[in-house]
Amino acid sequence: MSDKIPVTVLTGYLGAGKTTLLNRILSEPHGKKYAVIVNEFGEIGIDNDLIVGADEEVFEMNNGCVCCTVRGDLIRIIDGLLKRKGKFDGILVETTGLADPAPVAQTFFVDETVSGKTALDAVVTVVDAKWLKDRLRDAPEAKNQIAFADVIVLNKTDLVTPDELKDVELRIRAINPFAKIHKTSRSAVALDDVLSQGAFDLDRILAIEPHFLEGGHHHHDEDVQSFSFSTDKPLDPKTFFAWIDNVSQIQGPNILRAKGILSFKDDDERYVMQGVHMMFEGDHQRAWHADEKRESRLVFIGRDLNEKALREGFEGCVAK
Amino acid sequence: MAENTVRTVAELVTPCDAGAHVVACAFLGSETIFANGEGEIVFASGKRVAAHPNAAILEAASDGERIVTCGDDGRVVATDEAGTSETLAEIKNKWIDHVALGPDGAMAWSAGKTAFVRTKKGEKTLEVPSTVGGLAFAPKGFRLAVSHYNGVSLWFPNSDAKPDPLLWKGSHLCARFSPDGKFLITTMQEPALHGWRIDDKKDMRMSGYPARIRSFNFSHDGKWLATSGAEAVVMWPFQSKDGPMGKEPKMLAPAREGSRVSCVASHPSRDALAVGYTDGMVMMVRVNDAAEIIVRGPEGGEVTALGWHENGLQLAYGTDEGKAGVLNL
Repeated sequence: MSDKIPVTVLTGYLGAGKTTLLNRILSEPHGKKYAVIVNEFGEIGIDNDLIVGADEEVFEMNNGCVCCTVRGDLIRIIDGLLKRKGKFDGILVETTGLADPAPVAQTFFVDETVSGKTALDAVVTVVDAKWLKDRLRDAPEAKNQIAFADVIVLNKTDLVTPDELKDVELRIRAINPFAKIHKTSRSAVALDDVLSQGAFDLDRILAIEPHFLEGGHHHHDEDVQSFSFSTDKPLDPKTFFAWIDNVSQIQGPNILRAKGILSFKDDDERYVMQGVHMMFEGDHQRAWHADEKRESRLVFIGRDLNEKALREGFEGCVAK
Repeated sequence: MAENTVRTVAELVTPCDAGAHVVACAFLGSETIFANGEGEIVFASGKRVAAHPNAAILEAASDGERIVTCGDDGRVVATDEAGTSETLAEIKNKWIDHVALGPDGAMAWSAGKTAFVRTKKGEKTLEVPSTVGGLAFAPKGFRLAVSHYNGVSLWFPNSDAKPDPLLWKGSHLCARFSPDGKFLITTMQEPALHGWRIDDKKDMRMSGYPARIRSFNFSHDGKWLATSGAEAVVMWPFQSKDGPMGKEPKMLAPAREGSRVSCVASHPSRDALAVGYTDGMVMMVRVNDAAEIIVRGPEGGEVTALGWHENGLQLAYGTDEGKAGVLNL
């Protein structure tokens, strides 16, 4: 996976501070060059020959499933950018504030060229501390953007009291307990916290918030749920892949995001996977370290998920 | 056929350095040229022309006298055998994704949802519902196929009539007419081809591929459609008036383990084709008996461009790593 070009997807509701963050990423001297795919040319104040205007064309794949949508324009643009491989270190994709992140994320699973040459590094969602609670009431997109995030930039914290901030954070956690949250004002987050994340790196989340992954503990939002399951017994790969394939077919439309680190029987390498709706992908990541606990962990964020069925299914994958 | 019995003509290949991802190969007079992802036209003889400085060439078309390239710098540029470049069209802040050459010096290009056609008489534009996926001139009559989401618009730029729609759900990319003009084929975003019989708009679907089809072309006599995207060249029969409907495709020149066909180029006059693979191998294969000849071994890089000289005696190839070569038969 190492030679794949990392892609960071930047989402956030209108006015949350996405463009400010993007301008910072482009202007700070981090020594890296990014190809940037934006909606509006005019908002970017930096001269860069690798800024590309996108049209947000969401295409259904021909299997007729509404949740298997992709961004056709992104595939076309990435195809084009790949001809200039070596001229940039990463790709940033800015989405419009009203966009559902699913088609963007799915683009990196479904197209062979795109998934073969690039890897979704992280979905970064910029959230407005002052207005988030209102948005969660009136804009379903805002909730999806949080549910999808690997990293949440909780912005404009200077405009709220500490109590209000705590409250907003709890709301975010209720929707997505697995994302990293960075509190900031004026999008002044350290770029190392946003770029080169490796969305698979669940270890770090464990280290920061251990209780989130303990024993399937879950938080409550009105309609978005999250579950995590873990076992220290090795899984049977055959059973697991058959099961996860079935889960993606049956519960896929309700799964916003799924991620896992897996330990298979007679396999000395960690297997990492992620999924969006009905699309899942995975690969061996690296060898298990000698001093590392070999554990399988799987998390789901979605709507109307059948926790009992998921848990029993997962537990049924333990190698006999 | 065991691999060690396959003949090779690798000793007849002159390798050359195309500098970057090879987008297209062409022959201009006595020169072999490669258009690359860094905006250059690289001549096999060593000359390099910066046709699109600091930009990538996205597509190219050639009529044997000049190569016309379009790029992410929003320009269409023609370069001739002498290495002289001329800007033919320019659109600020846009990528020009596609370019095609037609009869009587006609040229078409597209940026976003707009297709442009220029003839001796002037320029016309057509707006389609979504970004143009590909452009193709019909072999007869002045007609341009503009592919897009959910179908193709058949446009007659000389008439004021609305374009004739060919509908099929999904995202249509590259378009190509059969040599007799009776069929139009598109590659799709999913690993499949779609085709229409122009007369009655009858649909034909060609699917079953593991990967997106990036390269396809008709044999010189129009009897076969050679396609990439699978572990072997998939050849769809077009001998009958129904095209490939209800018929099994023929499979040729299987890839080595773990590799796939990435590029195909039918020979301009014989029943043979050149095949490029994702492992860098290039082969020639005869259609009737599947006899194979190795042109380049699996030396790495993915073959992204192949082109025959119209005399059928020279074949050029290029890879995504900028390696290229010319076979002289």
